[in-house]
Amino acid sequence: MTTLAERPSASRSRSPFRRPLAETGLGSWFTTVDHKRIGILYFVSAMVFFVIGGVEALLIRLQLATPDGQVLTIDQYNQIFTMHGLTMVFFAVMPLGSAFFNYLLPLMIGARDVAFPRLNAFSYWVFLAAGLFIYSSVLLGGMPDGGWFGYAPLSLVGGDPLGYTIGDATTTQTIAGNTVAEGQRMVFYSLGLQIAGIASLASAVNFIVTILNMRAPGMTLMRMPVFVWMILIVSFLMLFAMPVIGVALWELMMDTSFGANFFDPAQGGDPVLWQHMFWLFGHPEVYILILPAFGIVSEILPVFSRKPLFGYTAIVFSGIAIGFIGWGVWAHHMFAVGLGPVANSAFGLSTMFIAVPTGIKIFNWIGTMWDGRLRLTTPMLFSIGLVAMFTIGGLSGVTHAVVPHNWQQTDTYYVVAHFHYVLFGGAIFGLMAGAYYWYPKATGRLMNERLGKAHFWIQLVGFNLTFAPHHILGLNGMPRRVATYEDGYGWNFWNLVSTVGAFVIALGVLVFIINLVISYKRGAEAGPDPWDARTVEWLTTSPPPPHNWDQVPNIRARDELWQRKYPTQGQREQVRVPAGGSGELEGDVAPGTTAPTEGTTGATQSPYTISDPGYDKGVRHDVHMPSPSYYPLIAAFGLPIAAYGVIFDQPAGFVFYAVGALLVLGGLFGWVLEPPTDPSAEVAHQ
Amino acid sequence: MRAHRRMSAWATVVLLLLLGGCGIGDTGGDLALNALDPAPGSPAVELDRLWDLVFPIAVGVFVLVQTLILVAVFRFRRRKDDDDRQLPKQVAGNTRLEVLWTIIPAVVLVFVAIPTVQTIFSQNEVDDDAMNVRVIAKQYWFEFEYMDEAQGGVVTATQLHIPTGREVQLHMQSVAVNQASSYDPAAFPDGPTGEVAQGVIHNFWVPRLAGKTYIVPGHTRTMKLSTTEAGLYLGQCAEFCGLGHPNMEFSVLAEDPATFDEWIAAQADPAEVVDEGLAAEGQQLFNDLTCVQCHAIEGYPAQGLPDGEVVPLDEQARIGPNLTHFNTRDKFAGNILETESDDDLRRWLENPQREKPGAQMPNLNLRPDQIDALVAYMRTLD
Repeated sequence: MTTLAERPSASRSRSPFRRPLAETGLGSWFTTVDHKRIGILYFVSAMVFFVIGGVEALLIRLQLATPDGQVLTIDQYNQIFTMHGLTMVFFAVMPLGSAFFNYLLPLMIGARDVAFPRLNAFSYWVFLAAGLFIYSSVLLGGMPDGGWFGYAPLSLVGGDPLGYTIGDATTTQTIAGNTVAEGQRMVFYSLGLQIAGIASLASAVNFIVTILNMRAPGMTLMRMPVFVWMILIVSFLMLFAMPVIGVALWELMMDTSFGANFFDPAQGGDPVLWQHMFWLFGHPEVYILILPAFGIVSEILPVFSRKPLFGYTAIVFSGIAIGFIGWGVWAHHMFAVGLGPVANSAFGLSTMFIAVPTGIKIFNWIGTMWDGRLRLTTPMLFSIGLVAMFTIGGLSGVTHAVVPHNWQQTDTYYVVAHFHYVLFGGAIFGLMAGAYYWYPKATGRLMNERLGKAHFWIQLVGFNLTFAPHHILGLNGMPRRVATYEDGYGWNFWNLVSTVGAFVIALGVLVFIINLVISYKRGAEAGPDPWDARTVEWLTTSPPPPHNWDQVPNIRARDELWQRKYPTQGQREQVRVPAGGSGELEGDVAPGTTAPTEGTTGATQSPYTISDPGYDKGVRHDVHMPSPSYYPLIAAFGLPIAAYGVIFDQPAGFVFYAVGALLVLGGLFGWVLEPPTDPSAEVAHQ
Repeated sequence: MRAHRRMSAWATVVLLLLLGGCGIGDTGGDLALNALDPAPGSPAVELDRLWDLVFPIAVGVFVLVQTLILVAVFRFRRRKDDDDRQLPKQVAGNTRLEVLWTIIPAVVLVFVAIPTVQTIFSQNEVDDDAMNVRVIAKQYWFEFEYMDEAQGGVVTATQLHIPTGREVQLHMQSVAVNQASSYDPAAFPDGPTGEVAQGVIHNFWVPRLAGKTYIVPGHTRTMKLSTTEAGLYLGQCAEFCGLGHPNMEFSVLAEDPATFDEWIAAQADPAEVVDEGLAAEGQQLFNDLTCVQCHAIEGYPAQGLPDGEVVPLDEQARIGPNLTHFNTRDKFAGNILETESDDDLRRWLENPQREKPGAQMPNLNLRPDQIDALVAYMRTLD
């Protein structure tokens, strides 16, 4: 194996900076354009936001544990439930999906990197900048407090229009010598999400181009792993959904900060317009959050059932169908808004209809397990957990589609139960399955199985304790987004149960994080293919070299790696070619024990490329990887700085605008003028 | 007693069983806001019927899927003595099954969809003799104005009285905190000039009587209420509307028609002018402390007018609740404080924001003697 050498920067660079060429060390994380390292950055950052959002959830549950909760003031509660939603949706679950996309997409399609590596780094830094920007509001008059859905006109006038209770949030105040204009909490919301949307858009373009253009020889669309299909669908959803919310947020910002009147009925605007735009984004967003998890379990279930995915075509096309129909159901968030019986009927029917492709997926997953030989490892448990828990969320979703009864359910805890079964029972369970499954690929070491199983059972119990009671609470009349409730409505018991459950979940997540940390050094060495997997990312070493493969694999089958390990002999009998660290066979080493590898880190050369050279007639040439760059980081952090220009009064605002614009433009120019690969960087040779 | 009620109870029991809950014990109250317990003769009955249709189907699918998962896990799990050299049969799909589990759910959904659409339209129909009430939602309380001539423009707050056995059509509007309720957005579709603030979205919900309907500023939303059973039905704003959202409650009192008519007649009377004592001091303070700039009291002796002349209700300020018959409502301040309780009233006057964060009545920093006088005056308003 060869490495990328480094050499001092050549003088012909036009950059005012010395081109960063280090591939290791702390500083290299800021300039990396390697999709794998960016994937890890996404994962770690998203986990931090996940923990922050989780702490907010615990505060919410503590406040609601008993009637007339005194843990938080109503003002604090409104900020925290708003930030819980924003954090989990935009800064935890979406970037966790991005983490897996980034790390795995090139590996799964046999590419060396994504199509635009620096754009990829830019996406990450913009996402991080957006998160930091929104949370900086805590120091500048309070966090957004109008709900993650930001309904106008509440997002314009605020929760205390005359300022008798929280005067400091709605009146002018001076912070660090600058005057902060009044009512800025939801400005942080509109600007922060606009910035985050840029990250999603850049990612979407990047992934689409990568998938369509950079697949290994022989990987037709219908040979792509289902996870790659789901990335493609999600990327298209992001590409079309983000502009919608971007426009809506822009209009909201114009209303709050510049006296426009898009949503102000007193001046001819319409609040319902905001709702249409928000949910026209918001519903596809649900699929942006859940489809990656569907892709992950579609990879994991076949591996641990030791069978091909049941109904690959059906799963792929039902995913596409969900992506399409997902654009035609947005008004089911608005059944009580008063759109009229015709619109309500149409959206009720389309919402019911989307249950069909979703059901197809569920039954195909069960079909995959059926008659298999299930190895109940941690990733498998989480995947089965997703199928079981998401089913509950799907079924309550069907009850939502019954429009007249939706008038009872909407804005109650019944809905809270529903979308947590979808987004926690679905998305989070799936993402955690993926974390356990691909951790050995990224680190070369397996996560601890015992801790993993403990995590699964704790989380399964805690999750159901927390959210199942919300069904009952909602039907018993408890509305959402109430900071307190009175004694005497029959809500006390289930609220207390739910709070206990939330802390059980927290314990599970703690076990998960401990496992992530200790397995990094102490986990069993994985080898290239610890799970006896089916797809080609397991063909390369764990962790893969920066250029992923010395030799790009030729793809001849849907489960390429599986076909290499178990070539069809004669009729339909498949016989294993013994190799790898996948366990169970002679000479193999079971997962969880130390593999007798010749290397030291598990980064041993995959046996399949050696033992079966006839398969690899792929292109052989010098590997030319892009060099690290400062510019994505610089351009990304110009955005929030410019955004502070809207927050602060003039003239301070102008300074922020100017500095931010300078950074963005300067960063982009520097980016354009520097060559993708620095001439001084040596190429990696085959 | 009633089939749908049994079904709802059964539905709750199943939910509990699914949770593995064994006996819920004291859940802490009487479920006054239970959407699964519709009042007889109310629009909610029709809604509940749909739930009783879809919930068993959902439970059936739930049981089917979870059983399949459990069977798969237990039957097909790898056992210690399994020979891993032998692969399970490599089946990659089955077209017949795919068609089956596409068609069957679709057919089941048709059976849910038909009554759903029927009910959407039937809920939109209103009786010809329905009584019309205007609902004005503000941050953070509800005002009710009887629109029909027979009810003579009575205006009340927080507690809506309706006659049993008659449909009530609500015409709901949201108005900004510092806009008078008499401002009718429907009459000014483009908004009057100079209106800066506007109302926010609220959501009117009496779970035992009907579903929810959003009250969207700039629009008039309608919904119907009715019941054949007299009683007090609690309601609340269900849409997050700011700091006061958790305390924006109200009630609907359904009375037999005769009692209702008596109540209406009494509400139409103006308040009596107080001549002497502490109450008269309070009456004066009501003007001097500027309460009158927001609150209407029909029959209140306006300053500067000749003795015996009063300002008619529709010319009075209607920023805050109409207090003419304050004592006839059982609760005030968004249905969270007891009208009967002098203590509650005093605490409210001392510091509205402490009792109800986000309340848009200013804290006037009243002295205890001023509060005494105001309370005495307000006790005359019945």
